[in-house]
Amino acid sequence: MSTEPIDVKKNLYTPFNLVVGFILLLGGIVTILRFTKGLGAVTNLSDNNPWGIWISFDLLCGVALAAGGYTTSAACYVFGLKRFHSAVRPAILTAFLGYALVVFALHYDVGRPWRLAYPIVVQSGPTSVLFEVGLCVFLYLITLFIEWVPSAFEWLGFRKPRDIIVRMTLALTIFGVILSTMHQSSLGALYLIAPSKLHPLWYSSFIPVFFFVSSIAAGLSMVIFEGSLSHRYLHDKMDATYLAEHDGVTYGFAKGAAMVLTLYFLIKVVGLTLDNNWHYLLTGYGAWFLVELLGFVALPAFLYAIAVREQNLTLIRWTALLTVLGIVVNRFNISQVAFNWQLPSADRYFPSVMEIIISVFVVTLGLLAFRFISSRMPIFYEHPDFKEHEPIDLHEHELKSHPQTWGH
Amino acid sequence: MLRRTFLGLLGAAGMSAAVGQTAQAAGTKHFQGHPGSKGVLFDATRCIGCRSCEAACNQVNGLPAPAKPFDDLSVLDHPRRTDAATYTIVNRYDNLPGAAGPVFRKNQCQHCQEPACASACFVAAFTKTPEGAVIWDESVCVGCRYCMIACPFEIPAYEYNEPLTPRIMKCTMCHPQITSGKLTVPGCVGACPTEALVYGERTALIKAARERFAAFPDRYLNHLYGEHEMGGTNWLYISGVPFREIGLREDLGITPAPELTSGALAAVPIISAAWPVLLTGIYAINQRKEKIAAEEKKQAVAEALAKAKAAAKADLDKALAKAEADKKSAIDREVKKALEEAAKAQAESQVATKGESEEGE
Repeated sequence: MSTEPIDVKKNLYTPFNLVVGFILLLGGIVTILRFTKGLGAVTNLSDNNPWGIWISFDLLCGVALAAGGYTTSAACYVFGLKRFHSAVRPAILTAFLGYALVVFALHYDVGRPWRLAYPIVVQSGPTSVLFEVGLCVFLYLITLFIEWVPSAFEWLGFRKPRDIIVRMTLALTIFGVILSTMHQSSLGALYLIAPSKLHPLWYSSFIPVFFFVSSIAAGLSMVIFEGSLSHRYLHDKMDATYLAEHDGVTYGFAKGAAMVLTLYFLIKVVGLTLDNNWHYLLTGYGAWFLVELLGFVALPAFLYAIAVREQNLTLIRWTALLTVLGIVVNRFNISQVAFNWQLPSADRYFPSVMEIIISVFVVTLGLLAFRFISSRMPIFYEHPDFKEHEPIDLHEHELKSHPQTWGH
Repeated sequence: MLRRTFLGLLGAAGMSAAVGQTAQAAGTKHFQGHPGSKGVLFDATRCIGCRSCEAACNQVNGLPAPAKPFDDLSVLDHPRRTDAATYTIVNRYDNLPGAAGPVFRKNQCQHCQEPACASACFVAAFTKTPEGAVIWDESVCVGCRYCMIACPFEIPAYEYNEPLTPRIMKCTMCHPQITSGKLTVPGCVGACPTEALVYGERTALIKAARERFAAFPDRYLNHLYGEHEMGGTNWLYISGVPFREIGLREDLGITPAPELTSGALAAVPIISAAWPVLLTGIYAINQRKEKIAAEEKKQAVAEALAKAKAAAKADLDKALAKAEADKKSAIDREVKKALEEAAKAQAESQVATKGESEEGE
């Protein structure tokens, strides 16, 4: 009896909890500063650089890296790749939390966050690409919530509403793919209006297509990357089906990512050629463009292909991380490095510590929410009361085999 | 919610994005500005950099007092841009080839005929008024700052130090003051001592500029900046030195900003119409494939079973036939054996009878 309280105390001060607690504390302080002193007090934003890392990382990278939701559910339910079924729920949960945090982070960035719904409910600006982004993200967040909510209903034991939503799976999936196609590409299209500010190597009338195609690669790679992390830290939550399908999902997604990255590489070269931008490759920006294109697109495409052929799971996981980093590099290049490239360096932007703190704070909230939900709700396993996707003959086989085992 | 309802919503979203768009990416329509709209002509050869326009602007718009007074010309030593407390600024450009002394250029909102800020704003907070000014509506602004990203002239500024009610700050061409009758010309124009600024109908200003080009061909470059740049602006510039030397970019092109994004926006209704059909089709094809595969499997199993049955029957028949044959041959053999035995016995008995008869004789 006397040891119990000590144990509880010990558990509270684990390194993980200490780090998380520290980040939450810092995030809380910066939050108070942001809403009492304004953006000027916490960010390095300026009139020339109105969008900082809260847009580059929290919005652009956040949305791209949450693309696993639509890619996985489309692969499973629309393209009929049913062996990916056990990967759908973790991907949907990640996407839902990802989008929820994108919207959460926007509350810090915009001037009057309580007006975020104004484009939809008060006055619309339909000529704006940002209006399309806002509308799609708003609708997709609702869609992802509905797609995710059966896990919560199973946890709570609400059978009827859960069954109704599960019956809408196909419609929800298709709706999600439409919305994702539109807003993933539109995030790139945001920059179409500023050809005089974005470096020609990154400005292209194909930006929307580049953003959409690269989001698929990002989504597939995030599922692989996250799967390997979950495998390490949430292994006890996984059921036999998840574990049995896991390697297949990894190989399948790696193969898909290799093809999508190859496509992405080719259309980037087409874009370079159509705008006749080859001569820029010899400049400093050109060298950095080549690093992105060869190091973060061509190389992972090649590594994925090799890893699939040699059935090398470790290489696939590292390549997934490289691809995810590549997407981050690309989004930062377009929104920061190559944006305002003609301004003197004194007028360029670099994030403040407090901006970074908020971004880390937001990611930490996401991790905590993911851990909270996946350790309580049926995410990595099928709820025993709601099994339906497992083939029936498997059940029979198991039932028959048991007495035999006992007999021995 | 039903899929139909969802798709309906989506269609509505797509339509609302498509309707109301003024830019025609590939159309034959060409917007040349509201007829009779007003603008300002700036003449860089007349500006003396006195900052009177800045002072007047500050006063008529009730902007906060600057750190250094407006008659302090040392602020011109460094290039400046518009900011949250300054709608207009004058910059000095020294040592320009072809210019006798420093050249000054005033900067403020160019009041584009098809403004990038208005096209980019997702709550339509910007309005291009028929009078020529581009104005901004505080009551709907969310503070996303996309207008600042979009503006090719880097004009809109933001109140970064306002925690909850930051405004977008930019020149209004004194639209509120002129429409309410407080002013007849913009504050800066009224304050200019050298007539470097002229306010009037844009078409009249274009004509006036051309007349100056014709009257003083050595004094001006034959280019009216703002006539076509970014689709045309209501603030126009003439100069004796290249515009790029006085901070006006010459690489902006003549495409109005809304046309830059209209193509991408046009994809919205197409995707929302095509994707449901395409994706449902892919789903249906996969379902059908699976159904056919299942049927084929069933058929193959049935065929295999039938074949196995037939083979088993043939084997059985063969075995039965063989057994029959064996049985028959066994009977034959037995009969033959019996017959042989009988014949043998008969022969033996004949021999015995013969012997007995011989013995008996």
